[in-house]
Amino acid sequence: METARSNPKVNRLRFTLNGRQVEEARLSPTTTLLRYLRDKLQLTGTKEGCAEGDCGACTVAIAESGPDGRPQWRAVNACLILLPMVQGKTVVTVEALRGEDGAYHPAQEAMARALGSQCGYCTPGIVMSLFEATYREDLKDRPWKLDDQLCGNLCRCTGYRPIREAADRVAGSCPADRFAQGLAQAAPQSMELRLEAEGQKFFTPVRIGALWDVLDFVPEARFVVGGTDLSLEVTKKFARPPVLVSLEGIAELRELKETEGAFRIGATVTISELEAWAESRLPSLARMVRYFGARQIKHRGTVGGNLCNASPIGDLAPALMSLGATAVLVSRAGERKVPLDAFFVGYRKTALQPKEILAAIEVPRPGPEARAVCYKVSKRRELDISTVSAGFLVEVGADELVIRAQLAFGGMAATPKRALKTEAALLGQKWAAATVEAAALKLAEDFTPLSDHRGSAAYRARVAANLLRGFFEETRVHAQPTLTSRHTGTVQTYEL
Amino acid sequence: MAGPSLQHPSSTPPNPTEVAQLEEPLTPLHQPLLHESGLKHTSGEARYVDDLPSPPGMALCLVLTSPHAHARITRRDAAKARAVPGVHAILFAEDVPGLNDVGPVIHDEPLFAVNEVQFMGQSVGVVVAESYDACRAAAKLVEVDYEPLPAITTIDQAIAQGSWLSDPHVMKRGDVDAELWKSEVKLSGEVRTGGQEHFYLETQSTLALPEEDGSVRLLCSTQHPSEVQAIVAHVLHVGRHLITVEVPRMGGGFGGKETQAAPFAAMAALAALKLKRPVKIWLNRDQDMAQTGKRHPFMTRYEAGFARSGELKALKLELFSDGGFSTDLSRAILDRAMFHSDNAYYVPALMFTGRVCKTHLPSNTAFRGFGGPQGMAVIEAIMSRAAEVLGLDPAELRAKNFYDDAPRNVTPYFMEVKHDRMPRLWKELLASSDYLARKSAIESFNASHPHARRGLAITPVKFGISFTTSFLNQAGALVVMYADGTVQLNHGGTEMGQGLHTKMMAICAHELGIPPASVRAMTTATDKVPNTSATAASSGSDLNGAAVKVACETLRARLQPVAARLLGVPSESAGDILFAGGKVFLRTRPELALPFGKVTQEAYLSQVPMSATGFYKTPDISYDKSTGRGKPFHYFAYGAAVSEVELSGLTGEHRVRRVDILHDVGASLVPTIDRGQVEGGFIQGVGWLTCEEVLFDAKGYLLTHSPDTYKIPAFGDAPLDFRVQLLEDAAQPDVIHGSKAVGEPPLMLALSVVAALRHAVTAFGRPGAHVDLKMPCTPEALLNAIEAVRSV
Ligand SMILES: Cc1cc2nc3c(=O)[nH]c(=O)nc-3n(C[C@H](O)[C@H](O)[C@H](O)COP(=O)(O)OP(=O)(O)OC[C@H]3O[C@@H](n4cnc5c(N)ncnc54)[C@H](O)[C@@H]3O)c2cc1C
Ligand code: FES
Ligand code: FES
Repeated sequence: METARSNPKVNRLRFTLNGRQVEEARLSPTTTLLRYLRDKLQLTGTKEGCAEGDCGACTVAIAESGPDGRPQWRAVNACLILLPMVQGKTVVTVEALRGEDGAYHPAQEAMARALGSQCGYCTPGIVMSLFEATYREDLKDRPWKLDDQLCGNLCRCTGYRPIREAADRVAGSCPADRFAQGLAQAAPQSMELRLEAEGQKFFTPVRIGALWDVLDFVPEARFVVGGTDLSLEVTKKFARPPVLVSLEGIAELRELKETEGAFRIGATVTISELEAWAESRLPSLARMVRYFGARQIKHRGTVGGNLCNASPIGDLAPALMSLGATAVLVSRAGERKVPLDAFFVGYRKTALQPKEILAAIEVPRPGPEARAVCYKVSKRRELDISTVSAGFLVEVGADELVIRAQLAFGGMAATPKRALKTEAALLGQKWAAATVEAAALKLAEDFTPLSDHRGSAAYRARVAANLLRGFFEETRVHAQPTLTSRHTGTVQTYEL
Repeated sequence: MAGPSLQHPSSTPPNPTEVAQLEEPLTPLHQPLLHESGLKHTSGEARYVDDLPSPPGMALCLVLTSPHAHARITRRDAAKARAVPGVHAILFAEDVPGLNDVGPVIHDEPLFAVNEVQFMGQSVGVVVAESYDACRAAAKLVEVDYEPLPAITTIDQAIAQGSWLSDPHVMKRGDVDAELWKSEVKLSGEVRTGGQEHFYLETQSTLALPEEDGSVRLLCSTQHPSEVQAIVAHVLHVGRHLITVEVPRMGGGFGGKETQAAPFAAMAALAALKLKRPVKIWLNRDQDMAQTGKRHPFMTRYEAGFARSGELKALKLELFSDGGFSTDLSRAILDRAMFHSDNAYYVPALMFTGRVCKTHLPSNTAFRGFGGPQGMAVIEAIMSRAAEVLGLDPAELRAKNFYDDAPRNVTPYFMEVKHDRMPRLWKELLASSDYLARKSAIESFNASHPHARRGLAITPVKFGISFTTSFLNQAGALVVMYADGTVQLNHGGTEMGQGLHTKMMAICAHELGIPPASVRAMTTATDKVPNTSATAASSGSDLNGAAVKVACETLRARLQPVAARLLGVPSESAGDILFAGGKVFLRTRPELALPFGKVTQEAYLSQVPMSATGFYKTPDISYDKSTGRGKPFHYFAYGAAVSEVELSGLTGEHRVRRVDILHDVGASLVPTIDRGQVEGGFIQGVGWLTCEEVLFDAKGYLLTHSPDTYKIPAFGDAPLDFRVQLLEDAAQPDVIHGSKAVGEPPLMLALSVVAALRHAVTAFGRPGAHVDLKMPCTPEALLNAIEAVRSV
């Protein structure tokens, strides 16, 4: 705290916007980047289409360093970013893409050439998603990765075909232009911040020790990381949270580690970082994460935020519960571990105590015999909240008998929940269709789902049972099947 | 199609002396042009109403809305709210100097509710303040007391209670009951289609600028500036000459800004005039979705008689639409639904009856297709069902019922079907899509996969072009030439992304023989072209294009004598002077060409008038609703689509695997633009029929009021394999340069996806099992349908 107080730099917001240094000290810390760009700077190329992360019209790019320390351009939703979240970062909006000589960026040129715009309102956001894609080096598995790159950008006019054409042209082309160079120079800067304005406070400590000091100072504080849940209170309910403490600046919370027996996933690891990392290590988790929000959401949303939000339809919980994960909770007093099943204590309630944070998730390495798959069913495949989600892990031992069964569901109860009676019906039984059928009947004892606009109770119940059936069928071929590029349903098609 | 050339159409005004040397194609018409604003869209420079710089002193608005679907207002008090710092005014019905009504056709829609509210979200008043924070703070302090009344929130309740917004509209031919009775196969049932939120990416917005003499200039995102002008004038109780409406461009419209921009524009204008300061109104997404109307849900009861051969013999339909609380355009929309209940099929004996229900929901309004999709969805469901029941190939059954030579060439409203392109189109598409081979491949796929089925279907579209309210089929243009040979083009149509300006610029450039870069399409404004019709009914290019052409012909005729003098040609031959490629020349002496700019310069010096208006009205259309007879359309647009889907039997999820479309746009004015309309319309239709579900609860609360819960198609929902062809050699007589309207018809091609899904569903059950598939075909609807065919 002392250093923060004596260092005037951390009393003001500073970031790089379109190549210029920006400084602000007097703005409400819950001003969103979008409103700031449009209202304060008259940078109206960035549009508001929903103010909830669901349309992508507000997409801008931020230079962020991933776990490997290399900065990358990441497309993010300016509507959900509170200004303090860009402290020390480099932001690019659509206005900066044209060169000083008037030349268009390849993403712009490709869009215009393909007639990728009609009304044009979604276009700046799409251009910024394509801007990220231009510099991505990991787009080999193209069709679904382009779907993933662009599904956060709704377009009501074009039907997307020309946008895909533009994407095909520029994605992964990695030109050695000023943005590539700028990236190389965008050395990560400290996010440290202690802002007080308009009756609101915002703190970004950069060391865990400083966090505890801040919490002693403002015990009423709420935590925030990506803000993809919390910012909605600001943009949709017009709340003005008085004190926010961001955990985003604390490097040790963002680590991904592995030991022989387990993985440790830092709480502020973003969903996109998790996705890339899990692909080879925890394929079932990666499979769940493919349809988590959209690229922009994945870049900001975090593992910790998803779990601490304790939504009954958060997607990581069933996935991690099925893997037998443990939550690592930390406070000034030290560390304690809680099985993830016990972390969710009620509707949107967790086991976290005041002034305690979720620091990491530990996941035991699935055994070599483990069959594990996660499923997500929603009205729309992409960028939608689960109607039903599920994470399954079954280990089959000698004589084809089930020796471990961990089945967890989202959307079926007030919290993400294990299907304990169903699991019991599997344990010790032969892993066979008849066993699965018998166990599926038990789901009705484990859950009494609700009806809402996403689906009826009957649909949820039917799908939950079908997912279990599908899991059995799918894992007959592969123990941990990955998703094909353009599969039809969450359970993949296979031949008889 | 050659790749379009990438040049910013309006940023580089050509040097008039250079124009004559350009070696571009002689005309931009029928060429693969880029969208006129495309580059500006990508750079963020293209401005929409909410992007305009705020004028000094500008105030913002927040609409006060009803929390009840139906209630009496017993008290309103804004005293406390008016005291909130930063609040300029809170306006109610009593503050309206003129008529407190914004109904476009019938005056049944108050700008601000007076004694009664009739839907949740209805405007009761408006807060005007210096910031949205101040607006919200004040809104919380406005006291309105309500006495709730029973509310009607579904079509079924409205029918049961006799709650109507129209008298029945009837079309009939022959003795339908007798023919039904005689039919070998009788089908009956109910088809329901759901609402659809427009989800234009740019929400409703208007900036009102008070000017001198009590006049107001409005910058408004609307498809119908003249109607906004008329409504604002009567709300303010002033002449229309005091109101100017300008449309910079829209971030999408789709019908949602035809009538429904007016109420919000009127509020801004009212406040601007009262406060003598600029006022902006802009709805955020949730407000826009809750406060404005959507596509009309329909419920249709049918009885259909078929011969065993598959021939449709008789059809009896009763259509009910959900109009919401006020009439808006509901009657014309119902009419169009009835005009399209035949789709491409000849119906020998028929009786169609239609009626608009009144409910306590937002007033439903125009949406791409304007009732046409709702009408077609019914007949296509019947055709699918007939094929399932009769065990016939659905493609054959459909083709068997197409319009044909007399007497099978007369529509249910007694219009003759001429220039029928369906048989040709159908044949070409069946071949190019490889329909038969793929169908048998699908059968073997279906036999070898336990939990997945594929489906394939082809469906036709025949869509009538013209406003069915005949007098609306008129348009004007104003073309202004400058001495340097550059041109400003004004026409009555609005640009919402559909590429109208691109087409109008191409027509204008073609007529004057100059490159499109010399033509600038101006923002649509009521002070340039008066009394315009809405840019709607797919008619924008047909009507405005013809008007632009007329204006250009006038200018050309004035330039010809000037050019004749410069070329030393006798004045009798002036009529033989041509304009092309930026040059002006005598037909027989092209080598002596003059640059266009030289001729305009000379015209100016010779005191020749350099601006001209053009006007066009569609000939020979009329319809008599009392008899159900007439020729409501100038012509029909045709198309067909083949869709292939895969469906999961475990979850009801599906994916569209491939789509082949063959669409008739006549001789396309700008093929790149038309292709965009076909693709975009198709996917929008797919959204309506699959993932988009408008849901109200029993109290009339909109559950799906943001994209969090209302799902339009996303990037991955578009098929990877999406083949769109425009029908070749298809010039249409009596339409501008042989083209055809394209805005709406392709949306209905999406019915092929529903038909394909039905095919996939049937494959889960025994042949002939009754498919009961609800629209929209959400995973839940599909799984229900699968379960039902499995259980028989
Ligand atoms: C458009 C959109 C789509 C989405 N799609 C999905 C989806 O498909 N699936 C899904 O599951 N979710 C989805 N979400 C929800 C959201 O993105 C995730 O829950 C995300 O992981 C939250 O992370 P965050 O860092 O942004 O959380 P924040 O909003 O920053 O925080 C969320 C909550 O968790 C608390 N918190 C965060 N980190 C910690 C910590 N380490 N210790 C203690 N408390 C903490 C905060 O105080 C806050 O209450 C979506 C959200 C949006 C806006
Ligand atoms: S405004 Fe829609 S995602 Fe940000
Ligand atoms: S171009 Fe209009 S929303 Fe995409």
